[in-house]
Amino acid sequence: MSALLQAEGLRLRFGAAPALDGVSVAIWPGEVVAVVGESGSGKSTLLRVLSGQIAPDAGTVHYAGQDVLALSEAGRRRLMRTEWGYVHQNARDGLRLGVSAGGNVGERLMAAGERRYGSIREVAARWMERVELDPARMDEPPRNFSGGMQQRLQIARCLVTEPRLVFMDEPTGGLDVSVQARLLDLIRKLAKEMGLAVFLVTHDIAAARLLAHRILVMRRGQVVEEGLADRVLDDPRHPYTQLLVSSVLAA
Amino acid sequence: MTLLLKAEGLRKGFTLHLQGGISLPVLEGEALELHAGECVALSGPSGAGKSTLLRCLQGNYGVDAGRVLLRHRGAMVDFAAAEPRLVRDIRAETLGYVSQFLRVIPRVPALEIVVEAGVEREAARALLRRMNLPDRLHSLPPATFSGGEQQRVNLARGFGPAYPILLLDEPTASLDAANREVVVALILEAKARGAGIIGIFHDEEVRDRVADRLHRVLPIGPAPATEAA
Amino acid sequence: MSAAVQEAGGYNFAYLDEATKRMIRRAILKGLAIPGHQIPFGAREMPLPYGWGTGGIQLTASILGPRDRLKVIDQGADDTTNAVSIRRFFQRVAGVEVTTRTAEATVIQTRHRIPERHLTEGQVLVFQVPMPEPLFRLEPRLTEARRLHALGDYSLAQLRLYEDIARQGETGSSYNHPVMVNGRYLMSPSPIPGYDNPKLHRSAAILLFGAGREKKIYAVPPWTEVRSLDFDDHPFRPMLAAAPCAFCGSRDSYKDEIVSDDRGGRVFVCSDTDHCRENQS
Repeated sequence: MSALLQAEGLRLRFGAAPALDGVSVAIWPGEVVAVVGESGSGKSTLLRVLSGQIAPDAGTVHYAGQDVLALSEAGRRRLMRTEWGYVHQNARDGLRLGVSAGGNVGERLMAAGERRYGSIREVAARWMERVELDPARMDEPPRNFSGGMQQRLQIARCLVTEPRLVFMDEPTGGLDVSVQARLLDLIRKLAKEMGLAVFLVTHDIAAARLLAHRILVMRRGQVVEEGLADRVLDDPRHPYTQLLVSSVLAA
Repeated sequence: MTLLLKAEGLRKGFTLHLQGGISLPVLEGEALELHAGECVALSGPSGAGKSTLLRCLQGNYGVDAGRVLLRHRGAMVDFAAAEPRLVRDIRAETLGYVSQFLRVIPRVPALEIVVEAGVEREAARALLRRMNLPDRLHSLPPATFSGGEQQRVNLARGFGPAYPILLLDEPTASLDAANREVVVALILEAKARGAGIIGIFHDEEVRDRVADRLHRVLPIGPAPATEAA
Repeated sequence: MSAAVQEAGGYNFAYLDEATKRMIRRAILKGLAIPGHQIPFGAREMPLPYGWGTGGIQLTASILGPRDRLKVIDQGADDTTNAVSIRRFFQRVAGVEVTTRTAEATVIQTRHRIPERHLTEGQVLVFQVPMPEPLFRLEPRLTEARRLHALGDYSLAQLRLYEDIARQGETGSSYNHPVMVNGRYLMSPSPIPGYDNPKLHRSAAILLFGAGREKKIYAVPPWTEVRSLDFDDHPFRPMLAAAPCAFCGSRDSYKDEIVSDDRGGRVFVCSDTDHCRENQS
């Protein structure tokens, strides 16, 4: 078995500030990896580089043997709508607001070549149920749904083609605490059921503990500590990790 | 008897960077063996590092030096140096752990917690019943349970999958006499099927009934502060 | 000064200068070589406003020769203002023969219809196109729309179709229903009724599309596969008025609905006036 996604020696500067300063990451099939760190630590930049959205100044990114940085636009998009998923922090960035809930979920199926209206609806309804949305509401626009429901819809839209790797950018950011718990539990359940590899960026230590198998701690563009999720949180070595963990109540 | 676990030369300390970098050594040259069918009780004064040792053996704490050889899928692997993926596999198949407190996952019902550990649904239900958790609680998330009830869910999850190696941290601490008896029975059954158990038993009566031998963990003298301090 | 220019009463033959025609012909050839792909061209100012067929007129002007016979229709009719004035324009600037008979025309410029009569090899149908981009309403960013064409990613159009069926229970639009050309490019057929879409498929005639304001030309060479976008279980089925034509009695032609009296009475008549005339004679 080899890593699903493997990045080596990533470097990227925005002006004078290094956003990534020699970062290497491997994500294995079925593994949930969380990147924690404060804003400006480089974790979001890392997410965008790994998902091929921006090119680093130096370093390599390989997905299942393919050189992600050398992929054509067509190849990258194909990955993005088949084997990869991307969950945005803001559901409105990940959904088409002018399109019904069912259409939002069905779009990736159509992109993957599904041409039967009936099956698209069937699968979309099943996925709405899976993310705990009422399939009877599949013809309603996303604006009729609450923030937490929109986020779950975005997840359904993303997972409907059964990707192998899902990137998540602060998926619970901006949601009420009670809504967050439900969403985290759903993500945890789906990731387990589907054997998803997840690359999760979050500043929420509790979310990282709940979801992640492994944690990377980033600071100033560098991974200062990484390892087994519970070990990083319960036995932090690096001063910054200790600070991060001690700042959280009952994580 | 088959050797299940062999720890040697374990060193573990904590450097508290937020407290000026002071260094707290806890374990030094710790060594321990565990064979199939036996139960080893960690003993020693409180604060001596029993809990730290148990957590090092579980992988929750990383060791500074030494090895933890552990029989996984028929071969001895160095658990202390294992990659996170291997640690996950070992915890899923080989190494069970019952912590002092259940870390509650929101919205996951008691029964599912046990099932997710790899126990057949009916067996999980039977085990919860045996832990005196009535059926009406099985479908509820344990967040609202009492401490004792949560601990019994925790025990069901730990004993359910029949791990070859089981680590127990004060398994009977918050239990009444009847449930304590259940735990003693579970431990004896586990030993009988060939499992090796390492535990911290606060309750001496329980300890004497289940443990085959004691392993003393002694406090090491306070080390000189690091240069940074 | 050539004889042709003199014949045209001071204008170059067919109004446009030869350099412009060559540029447009190159765009047409490119369009024919890549069926359904939109080719940008340097559209000229024409002596009529955008929306009146400036794109179509420039195409017609560029392909017209002295021996051509031109027919111009607007919504199927030869006698509407737009059709009449364009026909008269070419009579004046090119001196070509004009006709209202589909069978006799070598070049037919049209707005929003395809003649009922089967077109034959050697005929050219020139469409006036207001908006050439079929993804226009789905993807407002033109650069992104271009990228989607390049990648052949038409899930957005399929998604629109899904939404139409979910909302209205039927496949899509009654006119300007998008088509896949040669299995590669999604194309706007211009605002023709869905009923005309099947006539695009394996057409014997050359199909040219010109958008003056948007400065785009695209084309479908003869015998090219042109499929209306649909779902396997919701095949594209164009609608046709059930009533027969009040003039010729035809049941299978595309009809216009017209108010026939002051009491709100309505009748259906053939939209294709030449077809109706043929049926009646």
